[in-house]
Amino acid sequence: MQSSIVKKVLMALSGIFLMFFLLQHLTINLTSLIPDDGKTFNAISHFMGYNPIVQFILQPILIFGVCFHFIMGFILEYQNRKARNKKYIYHKTNSSWISKNMIITGLVILAFLALHFYDFWIPEMEYKYINYEVSDPTKYFHELKEKFYGATYRTAIYCISFILLGMHLNHGLSSSFQSIGVTKSRDKLLRAVAYIYSFGISLGFIAIAIFHYFTH
Amino acid sequence: MDLLLKIWRQKNKTEKGGVQNYRIKNIEPDMSFLEMLDVLNQQLINEGDDPIAFDHDCREGICGSCSLVINGAPHGPDKGTTTCQLHMRKFKSGDTIYIEPFRSSSFPVIKDLVVDRSAFDRIQQAGGYVSINTSGNTVDANATPIPKPDADEAFKSAACIGCGACVAACKNSSAMLFVGAKVSQYAHLPQGKVERNERVINMVDQMDKEGFGSCTNTGACEAHCPKDISLDNIVRLNQEYLKSKIL
Amino acid sequence: MKPNDKKFPIPSKVPDGDIQNKWKKHKGTIKLVSPANKRNIDIIVVGTGLAGASASATLAELGYNVKAFCFQDSPRRAHSIAAQGGINAAKNYQGDGDSNYRLFYDTIKGGDYRSREANVYRLAEVSANIIDQCVAQGVPFARDYGGLLDNRSFGGVLVSRTFYAKGQTGQQLLLGAYSALNRQINRGKVKMYSRHEMMELVVVENKARGIITRNLVNGEIERHGAHAVVIASGGYGNVFYLSTNAMGSNVTANWKIYKKGAFFANPCFTQIHPTCIPVSGEHQSKLTLMSESLRNDGRIWVPKHKKDVEKIRKKELKPTEIAEQDRDYYLERRYPAFGNLVPRDVASRAAKERCDAGYGVNQTGQAVYLDFTSAIYRYGKEKAISTGQDTKNNELIKKLGKEVIRAKYGNLFQMYEKIVDENPYETPMQIFPAVHYTMGGVWVDYNLMTAIPGCFAVGEANFSDHGANRLGASALMQGLADGYFVLPYTIGDYLADDIKTGQIDTNTKDFEEAENKVREFISNILSNDSGNSVDYYHKKLGKIMWNKCGMSRNEKDLKRAIEEIKNLRKDFYKNVFVPGKPNNYNEELAKAGRVADFLELGELFAIDALERQESCGGHFREEHQTPEGEALRNDNEYTFVSCWEFQGKDKKPLLHKEELIFDSIELKSRSYK
Repeated sequence: MQSSIVKKVLMALSGIFLMFFLLQHLTINLTSLIPDDGKTFNAISHFMGYNPIVQFILQPILIFGVCFHFIMGFILEYQNRKARNKKYIYHKTNSSWISKNMIITGLVILAFLALHFYDFWIPEMEYKYINYEVSDPTKYFHELKEKFYGATYRTAIYCISFILLGMHLNHGLSSSFQSIGVTKSRDKLLRAVAYIYSFGISLGFIAIAIFHYFTH
Repeated sequence: MDLLLKIWRQKNKTEKGGVQNYRIKNIEPDMSFLEMLDVLNQQLINEGDDPIAFDHDCREGICGSCSLVINGAPHGPDKGTTTCQLHMRKFKSGDTIYIEPFRSSSFPVIKDLVVDRSAFDRIQQAGGYVSINTSGNTVDANATPIPKPDADEAFKSAACIGCGACVAACKNSSAMLFVGAKVSQYAHLPQGKVERNERVINMVDQMDKEGFGSCTNTGACEAHCPKDISLDNIVRLNQEYLKSKIL
Repeated sequence: MKPNDKKFPIPSKVPDGDIQNKWKKHKGTIKLVSPANKRNIDIIVVGTGLAGASASATLAELGYNVKAFCFQDSPRRAHSIAAQGGINAAKNYQGDGDSNYRLFYDTIKGGDYRSREANVYRLAEVSANIIDQCVAQGVPFARDYGGLLDNRSFGGVLVSRTFYAKGQTGQQLLLGAYSALNRQINRGKVKMYSRHEMMELVVVENKARGIITRNLVNGEIERHGAHAVVIASGGYGNVFYLSTNAMGSNVTANWKIYKKGAFFANPCFTQIHPTCIPVSGEHQSKLTLMSESLRNDGRIWVPKHKKDVEKIRKKELKPTEIAEQDRDYYLERRYPAFGNLVPRDVASRAAKERCDAGYGVNQTGQAVYLDFTSAIYRYGKEKAISTGQDTKNNELIKKLGKEVIRAKYGNLFQMYEKIVDENPYETPMQIFPAVHYTMGGVWVDYNLMTAIPGCFAVGEANFSDHGANRLGASALMQGLADGYFVLPYTIGDYLADDIKTGQIDTNTKDFEEAENKVREFISNILSNDSGNSVDYYHKKLGKIMWNKCGMSRNEKDLKRAIEEIKNLRKDFYKNVFVPGKPNNYNEELAKAGRVADFLELGELFAIDALERQESCGGHFREEHQTPEGEALRNDNEYTFVSCWEFQGKDKKPLLHKEELIFDSIELKSRSYK
């Protein structure tokens, strides 16, 4: 854990784990676009919400992964900043803005997560574990609709966050695979995958938000 | 051509420095960048001032002494070029040029544009070698054939001149390209394989001790490396390090 | 100058016997120091190039305590790093008839019979081991597709014995030696002092016992004691101001020991390298070499007709537009057997001859062409045949040929393009000779010890192996041979008598005196508040040297040079302005010390050149040439090493002659026709 390489590899591994989670999350959410009045979406959501393996094993792992990724990100950023005690007056290097500003996109994602938890996760936890309300396998689709339909600010904030998430993922994906030493740098396939993945995730979530903004 | 130079001046390690402006006239495009600074220094000496200190030695792009961040870029705007091989024809009359030292907590400023890069030496001392004695009593050089691609790859990594531009370019002041190049060179050669595990661990430990930041794969090091050392060397460093830790 | 006829005062210690067995026998009979005693012996090594780094590493490996010094910020930056072409070794991997004897013979002949036979044979003998050693250290030499080491050929020889790593052989070899040095630093056996300049040698009871250094960062004057001092500070080509040496390369360490009693041998033997990028203007700070390996494939020419020269200078004509029959490939014309691969001194003089005759191809008239067109075509055709492509398609052939050339010399071509702003794949390179290497140096005996007991000199700093002209790719060989395989053995012969001495005390009168001398020099040189810069003097000295002691020399000019240098030196001490303070980083102060020494060396250089009334190797006296303009040696009178002994400030140095005896080789006039 002391070593810089171990830290960045753990950062990469937690990132890769989160990327799988996002893919899964998107897939489930996409089912809300199926014109069956949310039947599929409700079924999967209910499964995820009440399956003990998901709830008591996978969910804690996910929370740990998210926290770990953020905390490690902060630690690395702190150390990396410390490595240059005197800043340049003028520094202009040939590397992309995205790759240099993962902390900014990351912080936006963190802020977004707070909003997202406030919107969905906290009510859900309250519902299940504080108020002990009876489970309702059909409520999810309805909740989703309610949050977004006509909610301009929320939809806009979500969409902007998804764009920044996409940027974060774009560099994050190729970077994490380089960090764990699986691929060569500048690997064409890896770059292609990173683009497809980051655009996919970003556009997918945006499409869902906008769809529900306009339809009831 | 006439230029406005904004140059970092700092008396010594402890004193606070600052940017000073210098105007310089009649610079020929065929001059090298350092020759332009020579002209400025002669001017300063003639005026009784302290000339600007900068590191330089071979002036043919191989010793790795010269440094300088020129208009925000280590070794200046020309790709694959050291400062000493940068020529003034890359600038035009009327330009303003910022000249700063390589900046990193691990490269403290000694004076003006001169920095202390001994951290690199200490990293090499930690393991950048093959531990054979120098008696010459080894096997014949051709006893172990090395596939040409391996030898070529090793050479490409070995071409690093240890100038520190990677650190200066990296937003994290990471030295992983430098360390990765040395580790890769040996990793490609049968002679280096014997100690590969200890080597990478010792060198990375020393790198961390020196306070260099960690790599976030921005690629700035590769983009500004005067010898075009590839980012692949960092990937290989990661591989070697993980292998040595896991296996 | 009347040569001094006294017998040579110091034995050269060359062992008796057959040339093949001398080194073996010597190694078997010289004194050794036991491992337990080595631990109590300190050795100072000044300079960390190939010779210094390899010597430090090996001495430490053997058990001595080494203190290594370099003025650069890291030992890896020593100027050996800039050597491009390669390193010779008599491996005979190509099966082209190479052998130790042939390498020995080529080196003696290449040096125009002015080197010490036994030293050169030893060099050839250990050369093969260098390659083994370097490969074992992980030096990535070029290899062929079978995975074995590749060779190329260099000037002045008829075999391919040069090992290389693209155009960066010096870099790779130095990094190899640096890595060996690092290993010893890590073990605590070498203490490394970077950014330190040796300012004085301390001699105690006629033995070298330490040095005084100046820390270039904080200006501190430090005393360092040791049982032996090894000078590995390289050559003094920078006496010419413009040379291919690094900006910091200097003669100071050599000069200090000369003034303490070491002999300076053959100072006038300087190598002017034929293929360098020509001077472009007054502001020029240094010259850049284009490796000799380029002459493997490049053809050197100038236009045959003056009218074409005129047009080229006015840029009305491009070199590529001059027809084959209107070109004068003067090396091929004059030296058909060796062609473009004649030794460096011959190639340089031939270029000068053409330029002096008015055929120089740039505005200053000081350049010739190095042309790769035929090589590109030849390689392209070979490649097309071997890959089954259209051999009649000229464009394709050119493209393929360029790829081959790029793989071989890519970095050199790129370097050329950066400096000159012309693409050498399309148009011939412009080149001109420039000062590159100094064969002369401190006189050493067979053990590499100077005239001062306990003071040794290795690598380019000594005079021993290259005579009046060095062959390409032999400098790296000599540096590493001295450092890895010769000095570590021979130093024991001296140190064996020193095992009871104990730690060297630096709080003695001798150290104090030496230190005071350094302090005095520094306060003197800093005393002016205005005046001319150090570079002003250095440039002036360089001009005198180049114009009067350069590629060809004559009595009148040399005499004038001696006077001019004397006057310049006087002016220097009176009017030089060194800004800044002594107790911090002050590059002008460091430069002033170096230039002060060059100003003294320059005079000795000219005295030596004047004294040697013959032409040999890099030393060409206009009075002594054949009707065809070739160098004319005078073996009857000058088969000796000129060894100069310091007699005091502004006094004429004393000449000693070490006679050169050739038992294994017949003295012949050198011919590359």
